[in-house]
Amino acid sequence: MNAKKFTLADAIKYFTLLIGVFVVLFPPYVVIVNSFKADEEFNTASTMALPKSFFNFENFKVVFERGGLLSGFGNTLIIICIALVFNILFGTMVAYVLGRFNFRMKKAVFGLYLFATVIPSITTQVATFGIIKSLGLYNTLGAPIILYIGADVIQIILYLQFIRNIPVDLDENAMVEGASLFRIYRSIIFPLLTPATATLIILKSISIYNDMYTPYLYMPKQSLGVVTTVLMRFQGINIANWNLISAAILLILLPTVVLYFFLQKYIFEGVASGAVK
Amino acid sequence: MFRTMTYNRQKNIIIFTFLLIPVALLLLFTYYPAAKLVFFSFTDWDGYSPEKPWVGLANYKEVFSNPDIFGVFTHNFAYFVMGLIQNVVAIYFAVILNGKLRGRNGFRLLLFLPYIMNAVAVAFMFGYVFDTTQGSLNLFLNSIGLTKLSETSWLGTSGLVNYSLASTGLWRFMGYNMVIYIASLQAIPKDIYEASKIDGANAWQTFWRITLPNMKPVIQLNLFLTVTGALEVFDLPFVLTKGGPAGASQTYVQRVVETAFAFNNYGLASAMSIILLFFVVAVVGVQQFVLSRGGNNK
Repeated sequence: MNAKKFTLADAIKYFTLLIGVFVVLFPPYVVIVNSFKADEEFNTASTMALPKSFFNFENFKVVFERGGLLSGFGNTLIIICIALVFNILFGTMVAYVLGRFNFRMKKAVFGLYLFATVIPSITTQVATFGIIKSLGLYNTLGAPIILYIGADVIQIILYLQFIRNIPVDLDENAMVEGASLFRIYRSIIFPLLTPATATLIILKSISIYNDMYTPYLYMPKQSLGVVTTVLMRFQGINIANWNLISAAILLILLPTVVLYFFLQKYIFEGVASGAVK
Repeated sequence: MFRTMTYNRQKNIIIFTFLLIPVALLLLFTYYPAAKLVFFSFTDWDGYSPEKPWVGLANYKEVFSNPDIFGVFTHNFAYFVMGLIQNVVAIYFAVILNGKLRGRNGFRLLLFLPYIMNAVAVAFMFGYVFDTTQGSLNLFLNSIGLTKLSETSWLGTSGLVNYSLASTGLWRFMGYNMVIYIASLQAIPKDIYEASKIDGANAWQTFWRITLPNMKPVIQLNLFLTVTGALEVFDLPFVLTKGGPAGASQTYVQRVVETAFAFNNYGLASAMSIILLFFVVAVVGVQQFVLSRGGNNK
């Protein structure tokens, strides 16, 4: 890049990139500036104008007090933590078995995971609903947790890629020293899968945090709101009060955006390796 | 005790115990509901009464003969069109950002940003953007002199609403496609480019003859994801327009959910789900066929 001239092609590249960035940032910008406007200011000032002060936290206070956002964040956090512990445990177990052993049903098990992605999950809820009810999990945090626990095929593929890169020598050496297979899973495979686990924890947390339909369908109870359902209810009772809704939107966007800026490396790795097999 | 067993014994126990719960979960929450769905699709079940009257193929006949039901797919079509545009834009930005460019990490970071945002928050954010009187899109159009266009009701006009909604999908997922395309570009060996440079190929020729053919498998994969994604759209219209105005933005999956939970017609809804499942399987089947053929040609 050092001595190269700034060509017309470069100008076009930057121009289109800036348009792209403008389109990406325009909707959040509007939400941000209006979330700091008091009712009167909101009604008189232009939608695009900056707020008088970025220290007017009145709207955010209303969202927390009236919207039940705190319990929404709490419930979401509980669901994510419990679901992910089991999800990671089961995911690594399945990947260990599929990645290290040969057995008769191996292809069938992998095939089951693969074909599961084809089944449109929202439409099968018609039948899943009955199962959740008969397990007594309807209107409890257990409903989304148990639905999120299962490993999906992308996760298993990602783990399998990592397991293939763990030399089988390590297993064999441990066997010579008399370690059991469970010990090998616990002390060698599981720890060496940590980079993949880190990526998966981030991606799964984001997808659970963003899921709307599961909590909407299985936890209609007011006190069991998660971030998405809390936001839907809050919007429902504050229609057209865009300054209040903007504050709620912003509060809900913030956690994943912050997470993203700090952990971007893992996120990009996960997205890229999940798709390009 | 476990330690003293032969490894063969251990192996069998590990395979069984490690797979037991995960596979049981998979069967219980994915395959059992799917099987039930097949059964319901032959009944006239209302969702709560104990008897489930068998009606044979009546539900399937209804789906295919009622133009109202399949007509909903014309709404899904908008998502397919926008999905195609999304892929073109994503390839364009991926190619640009894969080259030498100042600030490319920053651009990648920002263009991917929408993907990690909460879907419901994004939906409402665009509710605000598209709002006819207070919406920022119309204010923006007005401020750059497009006054006539700035009076558009983006979510209230039946011919337009699906494209407005689908453009939100484009906004949210373009960066995701882009990151996948960048990864596929980085996997292309650098020496091919050097060789073509020596042969005197210009930027266009390099793009058409080298970059694009090498991206083919990933482009195909993304296009098939676009098709299945368009068939299965649900959240966005569900949250933002509730299918309105007057059902103009109702998608197929939304229609299924409504048929089951609002009209208590589980039998018909199940038949609709099974038909959707067949469409998706057909698309994936074509994809596998195309991909494996492409692989043999190499």
